[in-house]
Amino acid sequence: MSRISECFKNLQADGQTALIPYVTAGDPEPWVTVPLMHALVEAGADIIELGVPFSDPMSDGPVIQKACERALKNDVTLDSILDMVKQFREKNSHTPVVLMGYSNPLEAMGYQKFAEKAQVVGVDGVLTVDMPPEESGEFKQLMDSHDIDTIFLVAPTTSAQRMKKIAEYAKGFIYYVSIKGVTGAAALEINEVTAKLEEIRRYTSLPVGVGFGIRDGRSAAAVAQVADAVVVGSTLVRCIEEHANRPQELPAAVASLLAEMRHAINARDLASVSA
Amino acid sequence: MPDTQIDDYFKTYPDESGHFGPYGGRFVGETLMGAIYELEEAYKQYKNDPQFQAEMDKDLADFVGRPSPIYHAENWTKKLGGAQIYLKREDLNHTGAHKVNNTIGQALLAKRMGKTRIIAETGAGQHGVATATVAARLGMECVVYMGAEDVARQAQNVYRMKLLGAEVVPVQSGSKTLKDALNEALRDWVTNVDDTFYIIGTVAGPHPYPAMVRDFQSVIGREARQQMLNTTGKLPDALVACIGGGSNAIGLFYPFIQDKSVAMIGVEGAGHGLQSGQHSAPLSAGTPGILHGNRTYLIQDTAGQITETHSISAGLDYPGVGPEHAWLKDIGRAQYVTVTDTEALDAFHELTRTEGIIPALETSHALAYVSKLAPTMSADQSILINVSGRGDKDMHTVAAMAGLNF
Repeated sequence: MSRISECFKNLQADGQTALIPYVTAGDPEPWVTVPLMHALVEAGADIIELGVPFSDPMSDGPVIQKACERALKNDVTLDSILDMVKQFREKNSHTPVVLMGYSNPLEAMGYQKFAEKAQVVGVDGVLTVDMPPEESGEFKQLMDSHDIDTIFLVAPTTSAQRMKKIAEYAKGFIYYVSIKGVTGAAALEINEVTAKLEEIRRYTSLPVGVGFGIRDGRSAAAVAQVADAVVVGSTLVRCIEEHANRPQELPAAVASLLAEMRHAINARDLASVSA
Repeated sequence: MPDTQIDDYFKTYPDESGHFGPYGGRFVGETLMGAIYELEEAYKQYKNDPQFQAEMDKDLADFVGRPSPIYHAENWTKKLGGAQIYLKREDLNHTGAHKVNNTIGQALLAKRMGKTRIIAETGAGQHGVATATVAARLGMECVVYMGAEDVARQAQNVYRMKLLGAEVVPVQSGSKTLKDALNEALRDWVTNVDDTFYIIGTVAGPHPYPAMVRDFQSVIGREARQQMLNTTGKLPDALVACIGGGSNAIGLFYPFIQDKSVAMIGVEGAGHGLQSGQHSAPLSAGTPGILHGNRTYLIQDTAGQITETHSISAGLDYPGVGPEHAWLKDIGRAQYVTVTDTEALDAFHELTRTEGIIPALETSHALAYVSKLAPTMSADQSILINVSGRGDKDMHTVAAMAGLNF
């Protein structure tokens, strides 16, 4: 069983929802990322999504665009990000790490080489935003053979027919993009999300995480009632931006923001168990 | 390359999922997948619909002014002392460039699909103007994304778009040029996918755009092929066109692909020279990768980050190129060369003075290459150049090179 599946199994046994923070690797400085990852785990992260910066992040709003720019100014590459994961694994062998980004940096390294390196350093999953199942044949095979979960997106615009196809390709969990828009653009509508998750679960037994549009403890807790995982990105990255000139203080600041969400989710999880 | 590959080209490319060999495809976020399938279905349906075709043909004739003529550039031919030079006059189209052939087609499609809002990206502003033009005529809301750098250097086209009722949004992210405008248009589309039609201006983007835009632009080559047969009694020996995204080139080349005697030459912008790293020539100096929905040649670093491009011509200033050109290069059916800013500028002045035609700086790249090619050929051979646009929009740039300011 993959580290991701194991993680969900344990959480589900305890009636808990996974909390997945997203941070862009190397933002605002490369040395911050590994301490930040540890701080996030301590604040209640169950899985870490590590963004691979790209020069042209077409699915991202301004907050994550700027994070990519800050990271790329430091010459962060897929290679150096794999090194960060390796360092993280020196002290943490239980928290799954998912790389999230765009196809081209993977394409530039070569899928085979990426698969081998990622497996060795302890990457657990990959989410390539601009690689739908239709284009992922060779990539998926290589990820499968190197025990790396391929995570795919489902969107509000995804038809039933496509959900079926995505469910066939997905491993680890399914990531539901809760709004039509780019990351950090708008607040989600909980009723719509609930209805869509019900539909997705008709096609898959994988856990379903929800991201894009979760801004605070309240929305995190609301989503936690219906999803298996809550993904928080732009809110944390905005906090990183605010601390870009004080990077020493940054891990603690971001962690405390995440801890608030963890707290809100746990309170609701508890309330629903006792109710 | 096996001859059979060329004999069956029209039937073979792209395949049903939009691939030209390893290039092309549909590399977009899940939110847009439904929209590009919807577009593909609509396009398939209307492509062979006689009513749709008739409406488009009528617009191309009465609104755009097609067919555009071919012109025998006798002065320039004599001066170069080699092959006969013919110009396909896309500069005479309404709005001044080939871009409108495509926006007419896509806007009619948008209307048929019940979309009420149109968005577009633009570099030099020609595609933005051509889009704003068709949107004005159809009474549709129109938003054009344009890099902030380009907004500054193409003020006149920005004003034209505004006159036509379009909203022009300056894009401040990244390098503030065409690629960033494309990113921002895609972000808009994701957000407003229900009512919005994205008119992409070149043969890039996810399937079906590269094939669809090619089909709309192929009117150039279809006309030119017949016009050359009528005028000279034979096919030209070489076709030459400039390449940014590659829509005017593919429009000219495509109907000739199975005519193996016809050489096809695309001319990319070498900017300050390929060695300088400041150019816009992915086919000549780039490597394959994935950007803006398709796999193609890109100007990128070894880590897969897109790097900044440069060309004197805003319309060529793009780090990618249509995936079909990538494939035509790999199979050897077309040849891709470069000329520098300076060479293009010389050719701009040359055509203006010898033939009384002021070409766009984009087109001037094709002309510059022909000034080298024609003298190596004989007088019974012919070259057909696509004059993709007129140079009015470039007056500021050219004057600034001469130290003048309006």
